[in-house]
Amino acid sequence: MSAAVSPAPRKGLSFRQPSVIPGFGLTLGFTISYFSLIILIPLIALAIRSAGLGPEGFWKAATDARVLGALRVSFVTALIAAGINVVFGTLIAWVLVRYRFPGRRIFDAIIDLPFALPTAVAGIALTAIYAPSGAIGAIFAPIGWRIAYTPVGIVIAMIFIGLPFVVRTIQPILEEVSNEVEEASATLGASRFQTITKVILPSLTPAILTGFALAFARGVGEYGSIIFIAGNIPFVSEIAPLLIYIRLQEFNYVGASVIATVMLLISFAMLFAINLIQAWSRRRYGYGH
Amino acid sequence: MATKLRARTHRRISPTSESRLVQWILIGIAFVFMAIILLMPLYAVFHEALAKGLNTFFAALVEKDAQAAIRLTLLVAAIAVPLNVVFGLAASWAIAKFEFKGKAFLITLIDLPFSVSPVISGLVYVLLFGAGSFLGPFLKSYGIEVLFALPGIVLATIFVTFPFVARELIPLMQDQGTGDEEAALSLGANGWQTFWRVTLPNIKWGLLYGVLLCNARAMGEFGAVAVVSGKIRGQTTTMPLQVEMLYNEYNATAAFALASLLALLALVTLVLKSALEWRYGDEIAASGK
Amino acid sequence: MEVRVANVRKEFDRFPALHDVSLDIRSGELIALLGPSGSGKTTLLRLIAGLEMPTAGKIFFGDTDASEKTVQERNIGFVFQHYALFRHMTILENVSFGLKVRPRSSRPPAGEIRRRAMELLDLVQLSGLEKRYPNQLSGGQRQRVALARALAIEPAVLLLDEPFGALDAQVRRELRKWLREIHDRTGHTTVFVTHDQEEALELSDRLCVMSQGKIEQVGTPDTVYDHPSSPFVFGFIGESSELPVTVENNELWIGGRAIGVPAGDTPTGQSRLFFRPHDVDLVEGDAALAGVVTTSRRVGGTRRVELEIGGDGHRVEIDLPFDHPAGEKSRIAFRPRRWTLFPA
Ligand SMILES: Nc1ncnc2c1ncn2[C@@H]1O[C@H](COP(=O)(O)OP(=O)(O)O)[C@@H](O)[C@H]1O
Ligand SMILES: [Mg+2]
Repeated sequence: MSAAVSPAPRKGLSFRQPSVIPGFGLTLGFTISYFSLIILIPLIALAIRSAGLGPEGFWKAATDARVLGALRVSFVTALIAAGINVVFGTLIAWVLVRYRFPGRRIFDAIIDLPFALPTAVAGIALTAIYAPSGAIGAIFAPIGWRIAYTPVGIVIAMIFIGLPFVVRTIQPILEEVSNEVEEASATLGASRFQTITKVILPSLTPAILTGFALAFARGVGEYGSIIFIAGNIPFVSEIAPLLIYIRLQEFNYVGASVIATVMLLISFAMLFAINLIQAWSRRRYGYGH
Repeated sequence: MATKLRARTHRRISPTSESRLVQWILIGIAFVFMAIILLMPLYAVFHEALAKGLNTFFAALVEKDAQAAIRLTLLVAAIAVPLNVVFGLAASWAIAKFEFKGKAFLITLIDLPFSVSPVISGLVYVLLFGAGSFLGPFLKSYGIEVLFALPGIVLATIFVTFPFVARELIPLMQDQGTGDEEAALSLGANGWQTFWRVTLPNIKWGLLYGVLLCNARAMGEFGAVAVVSGKIRGQTTTMPLQVEMLYNEYNATAAFALASLLALLALVTLVLKSALEWRYGDEIAASGK
Repeated sequence: MEVRVANVRKEFDRFPALHDVSLDIRSGELIALLGPSGSGKTTLLRLIAGLEMPTAGKIFFGDTDASEKTVQERNIGFVFQHYALFRHMTILENVSFGLKVRPRSSRPPAGEIRRRAMELLDLVQLSGLEKRYPNQLSGGQRQRVALARALAIEPAVLLLDEPFGALDAQVRRELRKWLREIHDRTGHTTVFVTHDQEEALELSDRLCVMSQGKIEQVGTPDTVYDHPSSPFVFGFIGESSELPVTVENNELWIGGRAIGVPAGDTPTGQSRLFFRPHDVDLVEGDAALAGVVTTSRRVGGTRRVELEIGGDGHRVEIDLPFDHPAGEKSRIAFRPRRWTLFPA
């Protein structure tokens, strides 16, 4: 459209297509400078610091037993939490999209609570509930189950912060599934259960995978809501972000950088995976987001 | 008799829905899960805050260090949010109004901070400005403290809230296209007039939505700020950090009192956000949900 | 399978979409439901399918009362306007779906399912595309997949709701012919909804014209075209002109003049005269309809002129040879060759 107004469209050759709208240089320049100053340069500082170790040193620091233990705790708990969130997140998205019941809108609004509630607040609140003396902790304490100060507590905190990612990824896609597709399935003889399991849920697969990846990535990086409830016992309930914090307190900047670099590489891989899922689903099914 | 009964049940159930009973069971499960994971922590905050009565509650809020923490939190948000608004406007203008190479990549980069653990967001500034860095001592020689001071806290906050405004505005402005701006320009308006009188009114609700989310996160950020603040009581502790400190000093009631203010902020954010979605859904439609 | 719709009434929140509709669909015929948008065609089709339940009345499949049966049990093939294909399944999986979801006892073995699906894909001329996803096909191809999918369950009745509505004119015409061929080859009782009269006339054995939730006329395309039973049908099918006339002395009169058209056994009084623009003879002399040309345009091989008849501003359209010299304001006298009178 803008090319029509311009004197000589030089498509493919120029960096940008001509336009009559002003401010390109100013806004893009500011965007890139601001991004570089706030995000890029600090991240490069991190990369340089860990690169200073050399490949061997880096490997040695990254495979330190306590580091591996912390990474394992973070990843395993995040996987479990994301898995639980996928099940209940899909159910909640389904209920919110498909059913009409009193209080639905409020229910819907509350799903975003973890986005709005500061993580430290969530952390102490969850601890209060799941500690042996807390409302739920007290139920399980007599039979010897401890939730707070164990990896189970970590999983619960991760469920809290990850839930909206799953619900909010599935909801819009579920709204898009047309009624006609379900009717087609019914006319072909599929029972309601078959329609749900063979038609509706599979068509949500890309959204479910994306929601899982987002919740997982968030869980791995989470700090505030976890440290209060985790107990923070090395090799058992010490998460990777906490170990970074501990290394910093010890002024072991290199140690902190190594853990951070490993975590960053993994979360960028996750980001890449999410993009792949969406590109794949767009190409094959004609939708994504 | 039996067939008659069956016929009547068929009459009531649509082939693309579940029976009312199944619906209520699913709604029940979803609600119970949501209540345990989301509502209970919210309730716990206020319950614990008021556990020792209103007097203790208010005493905790007017306490000197608590007041300092509240002031610092407001100050940090008052600096970080406007900066990210300016960035969000610039980035969305450049991205939505122009076609240029590498645009998709730039959009991905803007979302990058979401996949970085908050602790790492703080860590990168420690590496950049802390002991052993080049910049830290250099600035210090001019009397500028970044780490364990306001600038560091602001930088870390900007890092974690970086994408909020931009990611609301970019899809919204892309949706709106360039027609309005081209019309205004053709009528003789200059760039600034076009922006203030045409573009901004078009995106005001989307912008407000982004600001709301950005602010909630800015005031509530814990991990990133914890790393850079040094936690000097009454000076570099924001509200979430003060909550942690009080909690770790076994002053749970005071911790929860301060936490309840943050929870209130979260609730207000949710209410305003939902109100915006219900009232101006179309005008922020391109954004997320 | 014969389908009998008996005195069916359907209300949506008190809004009546169908009033007391009865229709007998013969085994093996291809019947078109034709009518303007909102006339209740889709509603009737969905009632037959069991996707909706009637407020009153019954639907019989053969001798069995279908209200006893769910959609799943009715064994009908339904084709939607927007295809409604399963987008996460390949074409082959889409077509096999209906057989794969059958209970184990009546499900054919996997090899047999595949063979039948491939056979159907061959029938709809999509062999070789079985591994594609719906998203990778054109609209016309998708609709053919939808048809193959519906045929796979060997439906008692095939129901199609504006199946070509979303396609462009060219593809539409092709698919229309092709649907007729498939019907002739497979012999399924077929009901298809359209608002396109050309499509209905060309394709169907019989057509059922609907308006405002009622059936106006059911008959072969020729009967409906040549002997419309109501002013609505006359106006809706084919092109038509209408004039208010007076019947006296077994003759038609307009503005106090006889127009040389006999009234048959129509009773004396006011009446409405309907005729088609191409069913007219130009005449000289007095006893004819005469009018002044208001507009004239050439449409292919003929000239369509609009005439103003009398001083009351009534206008009719008639066709003339394209080289007819009539220009604006010229006077033309004609008499309908075939016509129908309806009570005023
Ligand atoms: N689910 C429904 N709820 C309410 N009204 C409906 C529903 N389906 C159809 N209608 C109404 O019934 C009438 C007939 O609709 P329909 O059968 O879809 O017409 P057609 O297919 O001939 O265009 C219309 O006025 C329509 O608005
Ligand atoms: Mg219809």
